[in-house]
Amino acid sequence: MSAYIAKRLLAAIPVLFGLTVIVFLIMAMIPGDPATAILGSYATPENVARLNRQLGLDKTLVEQYVIWLGNMLAGDFGRSYTLNRPVIDEVMERFSATLVLAGTSLLLCSVFGLIAGVISAVRQFSWADKLITFVVLIGISVPSFWLGLLLILVFAVNLRWFPASGMFAIYGGGDLPDLLYHLALPAVTLAVVATGVIARLTRTAMLEVLRQDFVRTARAKGVTENAVIYRHAFKAALVTVIPVIGIQAGFVLGGAVYIETVFQWPGIGSMLVKAISTRDLLLVQGGVLVVAAAYVLFNLAADVVQTLLDPRLR
Amino acid sequence: MKTLLAAAMTIAALAFASPSLAQTPPNVLIVGQIAEPKSLDPHAVTAVNDFRILMNVYDGLVRYKDGTLEVEPALAESWTISDDGTVYTFSLRDGVTFHDGTPLDAEAVKFNFERMLNEDHPFHDTGPFPLAFFFSAVDTVTAADDLTVEFKLKEPYAPFLSNLAYPTGLIVSPEAVKQYGKDFGRHPTGTGAYKFAEWDANAKVVVTRNEDYWDGAPSLEAVIYRPITDANTRIAEMLSGGLDIMVEVPPDSLQQFRSDAAFAVHEQAGPHLWFLILNAKEGPFAKKEIRQAANYAINKKALVDNILQGTAEVAAGPTPPAFAWAYNDGLSPYPYDPEKAKAMLDEAGYDGSPVTFYVTEGGSGMLDPVAMGTAIQADLEAVGMDVKIETYEWNTFLGKVNPGLEGKADLAEMAWMTNDPDTLPFLALRTGAWPDKGGFNSGYYSNPKVDELLEKARSATDQDARADLYKEMQEIVREDAPWVFVANWKQNAVTKASVENFKLQPSFFLMLQKVAKPQ
Repeated sequence: MSAYIAKRLLAAIPVLFGLTVIVFLIMAMIPGDPATAILGSYATPENVARLNRQLGLDKTLVEQYVIWLGNMLAGDFGRSYTLNRPVIDEVMERFSATLVLAGTSLLLCSVFGLIAGVISAVRQFSWADKLITFVVLIGISVPSFWLGLLLILVFAVNLRWFPASGMFAIYGGGDLPDLLYHLALPAVTLAVVATGVIARLTRTAMLEVLRQDFVRTARAKGVTENAVIYRHAFKAALVTVIPVIGIQAGFVLGGAVYIETVFQWPGIGSMLVKAISTRDLLLVQGGVLVVAAAYVLFNLAADVVQTLLDPRLR
Repeated sequence: MKTLLAAAMTIAALAFASPSLAQTPPNVLIVGQIAEPKSLDPHAVTAVNDFRILMNVYDGLVRYKDGTLEVEPALAESWTISDDGTVYTFSLRDGVTFHDGTPLDAEAVKFNFERMLNEDHPFHDTGPFPLAFFFSAVDTVTAADDLTVEFKLKEPYAPFLSNLAYPTGLIVSPEAVKQYGKDFGRHPTGTGAYKFAEWDANAKVVVTRNEDYWDGAPSLEAVIYRPITDANTRIAEMLSGGLDIMVEVPPDSLQQFRSDAAFAVHEQAGPHLWFLILNAKEGPFAKKEIRQAANYAINKKALVDNILQGTAEVAAGPTPPAFAWAYNDGLSPYPYDPEKAKAMLDEAGYDGSPVTFYVTEGGSGMLDPVAMGTAIQADLEAVGMDVKIETYEWNTFLGKVNPGLEGKADLAEMAWMTNDPDTLPFLALRTGAWPDKGGFNSGYYSNPKVDELLEKARSATDQDARADLYKEMQEIVREDAPWVFVANWKQNAVTKASVENFKLQPSFFLMLQKVAKPQ
């Protein structure tokens, strides 16, 4: 198993480097430069050239890339032009905020998705099944940025139950209840679509499994219905569902970009949006690298869990 | 399964058990900003967003008098200007210390300007200093004694004092620059009414009352600046009670705040101009009559009333009325007269050839540029001009417009916010400011009389004489129509009704020294 994990991690390294090359090229292709972004309306071509020279952006793309790569391998991700602070500090701070949001959402969507899917399958065609299927359909169809605004309008502006934005109270606060309180709306918004996907898939997988011979055998042996459902069928269905949860983790991470902007969550998504618009190349590069690494790890984790659950894959 | 359910319930219960929405505490003012500051080093930034914090943490030698753009003493108690207008001698206020306890003296002032202007200064690399050119007329800065500092200019330069009142002229603590180096922008140390306390990246900047402030300690204990980039989120946060002040309210939402007694809406016209640059070098707009026709063809009243919903006023010429002393109030805006525009186009022999119009998606001071661009296109098409819009993101847009429109476009949107009546015309209307000469005259307007008036106004030390020169310049420029003069923006802010003594300034700065919020 550990050899497998090590092999997968090593395979990720060329992927990550390929990615940095692509990001470098894309950033070079889009017009506009950091100097113009920093100077704003006062950007004369002359001043732009001077500032680009100061920032080391007058070098060729290859030179810039090689310098960046060398520094990065030495553990130095550079300094953001626009934030005037080390890229690594900003990226790690932002990424941990994203992980809190995405992690909570992933927990919510897994728990509720699985529960809903199992209930739906076990009571196929009951009113509960119909209700869940209906809610899931809505959940999957609703655009999450719109849902976010709606939740803000209802629960923050009108009812004043939850804050509209931010990660911690601006005054006082800072503890776990404060964090959960601020997490509630964005985490739910982010979880809704993935919950729907997982619920649907769990339902299908459970129905499939419940029709199989080993379930019939178990029932024939006199195993209680609960044990049949949870110990046998659910475990078997999980093998199909786990990789999907792994993929959803990727989607949740991607969806966080919008949601972070709507809820002013200080995560890596909103950082990247801003860094791209200000052409802050080093910041974009560092942020993309971290997100990509997380993707690789999520997929790896999903594969590992699946292998553990299903001995046939070993 | 049951454990999972229980865990989920616990999370939900915890969330609901939290204290109900904390209202903002008394004596602490929470300001909703449009973005995270780039830096709190006043010499390194250009955005109004950052200025709103800086003006409360630092002082300059001079400052704008409350409610005006006229200069009054601040860290300098008084000054004298030599007869030839090239030597400014400032007497500093005695006993002022920076927030780090070091004294404000002539050496400190000298350090500030040399850091920005001398490339071989040991702390020049703590920059870049994008607006240092505001002081490019400065030749030497000398500390005559502890409290006397002398600026020698290369040539007479009348906007010098108002540039000193601009954030680029704010005085920072040399000791703090030496201590923090490139990180000074995250450890701001000035002499202002509020001391920097904390910058929690992506969440808030906190400044607290400076008990020893030379101009009287403020009544607020602290001000917290929160960056909220999304306008809808900013409005929601204001409505839900999490902010005391929010700036730059979109026109659509102003009405909602106006009709609610819990809030107060503030508006203030400022030195802002929204205009169209016309390419006077080539194409149809090379002819003056066609440029004038464009000014007649565009219904500016409809633009400010319908698109900007009254958050701006129709502009009459190149100088905003906020520069009261230099503004020629005899000028009236080009009236909306499509028939006359059509006739002028015919007479000038306009052949109906299509024109290219650069529109930006957003950008500093640009208000609602896409909607504005589309409406302008419709107005021009109504008089027979075939307008092709090309839309660009702001940085790309500047990269295309600032090097000049030649060979690319016939007209482009633009907006400027400035601090002196000299800045915009000098940088964008002179022949010497054509892009190839390093200026912002992207439409290649050229009128020797305007050049002469602007040069003269720069070296005139007498304000009345300067005013006359600017007024004459405005008449000529209005007649020559190198631009379509569209709108002067009124900045706005919404406060909770409980915020006292709050006032917007024509400078667009947010001065919070006198503001109180007892509850």
